[in-house]
Amino acid sequence: MTAFSLNRRAFAAGLALPFLARVAEAATPANRKFVVVICRGGMDGLSVAPPVGDPDYRALRGALAMGDEALKLDGTFALHPQLTAIHALARAGQARIAPAVASPDRARSHFEAQDVLETGAGGVYTTSSGWLNRTVGALSAAGKVEAISVGATAPLILRGPAQAGSWSPGRAVDTAARLPTLLQDLYRDDPLLGPALARGLATETLAQETGASGGPQMAGMRAAAAPGREASRSMGEALAGFLKAPGGPQLAAVSVDGFDSHANQAGLLNNRLAALDALVDGLHTGLGPMWKDTVVLAVTEFGRTARVNGTGGTDHGTGSTALVLGGALKPGGIVGDWPTLRQQALFENRDVYPALDLRSLEKGLLADHLGLDRRALDTTVFPDSAAVRPLLGLV
Amino acid sequence: MAGNPRELDAAIAVTRFGLGAKAGEIAAASGDPRGWLKAQIRAEGAEAFATGGETAAQRFAEYREFRRERLMARRAGAAKGGDAKGSGEDPVETTRRFIRQDAGQDVLARTRLAATTDAAFRERWALFWANHFTVSAIKAQTATLVGPYENEAVRPHVFGRFADLLGAVETHPAMLLYLDQAQSIGPNSRAAQLAGRRAGPQADGAPPRPAGLNENLAREILELHTVGVDGGYAQADVTEFARALTGLSLARPNEPQAELVVFRQPAHEPGARTVMGKRYAAGGKEQAGAILADLAAAPQTARFVCTKIARHFVADDPPPALVARLEKAWLASGGDLARVAEALVDAPEAWAPQPAKFKTPYEFVVSSYRATGGAPQGPRFGPQVNQALGGLGQRPFGAPSPKGWPDEAAPWAASDALVKRMQFAQGLAAAVGPNVQDPNALAAATLGARLSPAAATAIRRAESRPEAVALLLMTPEFQRR
Repeated sequence: MTAFSLNRRAFAAGLALPFLARVAEAATPANRKFVVVICRGGMDGLSVAPPVGDPDYRALRGALAMGDEALKLDGTFALHPQLTAIHALARAGQARIAPAVASPDRARSHFEAQDVLETGAGGVYTTSSGWLNRTVGALSAAGKVEAISVGATAPLILRGPAQAGSWSPGRAVDTAARLPTLLQDLYRDDPLLGPALARGLATETLAQETGASGGPQMAGMRAAAAPGREASRSMGEALAGFLKAPGGPQLAAVSVDGFDSHANQAGLLNNRLAALDALVDGLHTGLGPMWKDTVVLAVTEFGRTARVNGTGGTDHGTGSTALVLGGALKPGGIVGDWPTLRQQALFENRDVYPALDLRSLEKGLLADHLGLDRRALDTTVFPDSAAVRPLLGLV
Repeated sequence: MAGNPRELDAAIAVTRFGLGAKAGEIAAASGDPRGWLKAQIRAEGAEAFATGGETAAQRFAEYREFRRERLMARRAGAAKGGDAKGSGEDPVETTRRFIRQDAGQDVLARTRLAATTDAAFRERWALFWANHFTVSAIKAQTATLVGPYENEAVRPHVFGRFADLLGAVETHPAMLLYLDQAQSIGPNSRAAQLAGRRAGPQADGAPPRPAGLNENLAREILELHTVGVDGGYAQADVTEFARALTGLSLARPNEPQAELVVFRQPAHEPGARTVMGKRYAAGGKEQAGAILADLAAAPQTARFVCTKIARHFVADDPPPALVARLEKAWLASGGDLARVAEALVDAPEAWAPQPAKFKTPYEFVVSSYRATGGAPQGPRFGPQVNQALGGLGQRPFGAPSPKGWPDEAAPWAASDALVKRMQFAQGLAAAVGPNVQDPNALAAATLGARLSPAAATAIRRAESRPEAVALLLMTPEFQRR
């Protein structure tokens, strides 16, 4: 840890002197990192981690069924052939699959389901802030916590009362210009633009400072220049650059779009899962030694139909696969139960059964990895979720 | 600064209802701001932007040709035992370049129209509907179709009946491709039975690939285009509607069809359908037509779409009284969009002095061009406009999902996004700023009575013309409308 962040922590603890004992206990080790990757469009869990050993798999999937080309995990599950880096992590005990998770939403609408996924609420359109944003708030009681999203728009998961940074590739800010200072003055009383510009300029400074050592600025420029898989890898490296920077963020969110595979699913997912794999690979290699203190959770708004549809794809479904990755993980098998693909086990005779509430997984990771207490998890971070027990013991 | 209320209304008319002021525009609107807006409503809809005269059908034929050539090149490459890279001009690469150019020119033409039109309320109204009925270029098949789609299916109908607009967009080839309808086949149709027999079991013993239903278009019509997600439908309604839509498809390249869009009776799922409690008799294309007509007329559709109109024009969380006014005009006129547009102009809630809307990147860029007269001129600006908007998070014609671009401030006001806007403002101001004679006069002409004393002072104190122009484009009042 650097002198800078030590100083900051000492400062925060000093302010809270009467509560020092409690602060020390609840404090989150500042080097622990937590990254959420949102795979948008409804990622097909049965393609991410095909249950090739499930007796009903081939019949349901028809032409989409994978065989020996899938990367073996255990007697039942494999990984999609494009997920080579994630498979290597799995072999090292640093990647696990949760093969039948779902948010509490059952409407099979992208937009409702993404709302529930990102707000962490029990129902749709009940909360306007994201659960990762409220995690910042809950952790900040014990010291300053920073969060960042990568991409040009702010994802709902990080929107809310806590000011979060955002970053996307682009050219460097002209530091000689007076404009940034003049604007901050003009935005002084503007509750939307004032804090956002200040935060944006601070992130930009961080990017430029770390740029010399191949940090976000450089990786971002590479991402802008190269399409496809390499761009995703560079985005992962850029994010790692921020996470590694002194005083850099602990929490991060990044989106991978385009998983809505109604037709010609095989080719589409080859491309999208290659991007996901490269993003994780870039993050892993970029973080270096810090990977051992990192947990990455890749989730989607819903899974897809267990049966292939009439156009070589799958339609909106329910249960899907989440990926839990990181050097901080304990090795182990699948996370949660596998309800199987027997016809009676399918949800509404159509989808993978949602055997595990996604919030259980998220709450367990936040508790184990970041030390969030149960009360904050049950009320603030995931509202009215006391009945949803954290899945502990993964970290 | 605000003098008489009509001056403020003129500034609101031009910036909130329109796309930001051009030189002299606020003055032109100040005589009768509401009348100035209503004069832009016209039965023939919004102007088409130039697409080089090509229709969606022609563009799609080019795309098919490109696919065919690519396939042949691959086969030739495989036959030679190597990759397809030969010497000289690669026909596949040439076509790919043409496709990129087509899409780039459409973006440029559309941006230029928005940046220069005298009827910017009409243009904004058309942009709202294009976003409501999003077709995105993110699929290879639709990459060059979005421009022609907007011109052919959306713009002519934006001041007509909603039912006609709905019918035009849902049967346009771009929509059928974007939402996978073109391939959907009734599972019990004759076409499916034939396909199943022809296919037989696959070589590896797996069951034949079933030719059949795709729910995508049916679901998004219900959820995004008409009654909305709370409109009172269930999964069974989605599936039934999808069955009713089967048969609606595209002509194959070897079919001697005059029209690209066809209805194939043999692919249509036989039988009566029940959607949202109403039974639709067995038949052909009139079955889906009747469902679409009922959806267009449903009060849930009026509520859902009017809420979106109010949210787009007035506030992220729109005043219920405003929504009620629009709904009333909609229902009383049978979904006549010209009457709804007039009701919007007449609604007092739409003229609140405080601007509640944060501009989207496209609105910001277009209004910046309008303010400075810096509209992109030559074809070489195509990539530039594309890149600028891509960096701001709104790649033209590239909405991330069928829901279209978000209309609320929160997704667009990310901290990084403001830095990117500042950089765009600096770049544009560096190019056009030196030619601005009097930046203070430009600020007054651009924002009128909406210009705050603080912003006016900051612009007056700027150390250079480009700095003054960049400040103007980044003032809180220019960022909002």
